[in-house]
Amino acid sequence: MLRLHEYRYHRPTSLGEALALLEEHGPSAMPIAGGTDLMPNMKHRLFTPAHLVALKRIPELHGIDVGEREVRIGAAETLAAIARHPLLRDRLPSLATAAGLVAGPQLRNMGTLGGNVCLDTRCTYYNQTLFWRSALGFCLKKDGDVCHVTKVGKKCVAAHSADTPPVLITLGATLDLVSPRGERSVPVADFFVADGVRNTVREPDEIVVAVRIPVPPPTTHTAFQKLRQRGSIDFPLLNVALAVDLDEGDVVRDLRLVVSALGARPRVVAGLDKIAVGRRLDDDVVDAVARRAFDQCHPLTNITVDPEWRRAMVPVHVRRALLAARTPAPAAP
Amino acid sequence: MHAILTLIVNGDRRDVGIPEHYTLLEALRYGLGLTGSKQGCDKGDCGACTVLLDGEPVLSCLTPAWEAEGRAVTTVEGLAEPGRLNPLQEAFQVTGGAQCGFCTPGILMSAWALLQRNPAPTREEIRAALAGNLCRCTGYTKILDAVELAAEMLAAPTRARRGGEGGQAAAPAGAVRSPDPAVAAAAPGSGSGRDTAEGLAGEAAAPAVAGGEP
Repeated sequence: MLRLHEYRYHRPTSLGEALALLEEHGPSAMPIAGGTDLMPNMKHRLFTPAHLVALKRIPELHGIDVGEREVRIGAAETLAAIARHPLLRDRLPSLATAAGLVAGPQLRNMGTLGGNVCLDTRCTYYNQTLFWRSALGFCLKKDGDVCHVTKVGKKCVAAHSADTPPVLITLGATLDLVSPRGERSVPVADFFVADGVRNTVREPDEIVVAVRIPVPPPTTHTAFQKLRQRGSIDFPLLNVALAVDLDEGDVVRDLRLVVSALGARPRVVAGLDKIAVGRRLDDDVVDAVARRAFDQCHPLTNITVDPEWRRAMVPVHVRRALLAARTPAPAAP
Repeated sequence: MHAILTLIVNGDRRDVGIPEHYTLLEALRYGLGLTGSKQGCDKGDCGACTVLLDGEPVLSCLTPAWEAEGRAVTTVEGLAEPGRLNPLQEAFQVTGGAQCGFCTPGILMSAWALLQRNPAPTREEIRAALAGNLCRCTGYTKILDAVELAAEMLAAPTRARRGGEGGQAAAPAGAVRSPDPAVAAAAPGSGSGRDTAEGLAGEAAAPAVAGGEP
């Protein structure tokens, strides 16, 4: 049994009301959507807000609008709704696939796209009860000043563990945020920072309202690969998302490849222009891209699975993603 | 801080005085005495606390109680009618789908939601629907058998054949316990009887409440 601390639960029915509550209660308030990340974290006393501001009843955070050029998904839409949406499965198959691979069925009925984008980073030494963490003297992500993963580092290396952001980065998606100070839009690619303590640029009183995703042209093929211990429930040990634009002769016009669940932010694999763009996507190019990804990824012991094995799986899953993209893509499962 | 929360549990309107920070699971178990939903890992991993919220399976251990206000909550206590098990529960008895039983209420709710929207699921669809429920006893085979059998029983109760493996031809325990001939009729291997699916359709519309006040 894991008891929660005492808090007030506010249920605003408009964005304005929610922002007023966040402003009124300042640092003692946190927004909550599906609660599938925040609730267990509160039970572990990783967060103890005196006020929770529930977002699910706010109409502006709902709706899936599939346009010709752009898709807008309200941040409070559930992962289950995204995974089964016929138009999203047709136009953004890698996103529907990733949403359908988050956790298990019940959690996808509760968890939201906005919440998945804002998911707290995870680490063996962090996602534990207060009792467990106090026995170890805490860590620098919460209540302590030492990192048990790197031993000497002063930067938190807890793993970015969300499944949809790597896909959203390959698709060039943008987040619409609003706070008591106004609105702003941030590309998902710029939303994350390499600090596991707080790995996004979202301010504590900022609400993610919607995710906007440009519809890729029909020549763009996308894929998502998730590695985990079991086929369900588990957080990723490794995620690979890619979008590759091919001309008629299978020559690569553009290739975006993101590997995540290793460090505090998703890694956009660099240098692919030189080894892939302008070349036919043959086995040699697939191998070169897989090798490049392997060279750039350095998993740590932030998750209780052998980091060398997770690293060895990087080229395997990059290769699978590329081969899936090269074969005319079937609809998401 | 305590407050009165109004829930619609298994078709009944219930007022419950609980602390504001309670989860839906705590409201059900400690506020209303409905202890069928189990407090397993209590952090969203195991699925033992699964209930239906407006017909969809959710984890009540991670649902703030106030999120359920005014919405239809269905717990395992809402499956059976008085004196008569739900065919899904019967099927679990027939196949031996429950061993220690701790995970069973959550599995029943996930399976019930599946059968409501898909009366004839494939084995693969059953596996996908139950992918958020852990069982440490059975190895899942008998659970999958039970849901397949339940789908058969619901579709054609009088023709339902025995599910599960082996030659256990005995009537299910529920049928023995229950004086209602409909249960025996729903049991595999029995000849004829009232259409259980009819009774079940009525049950789905206005589920009965078992379990009393705390």
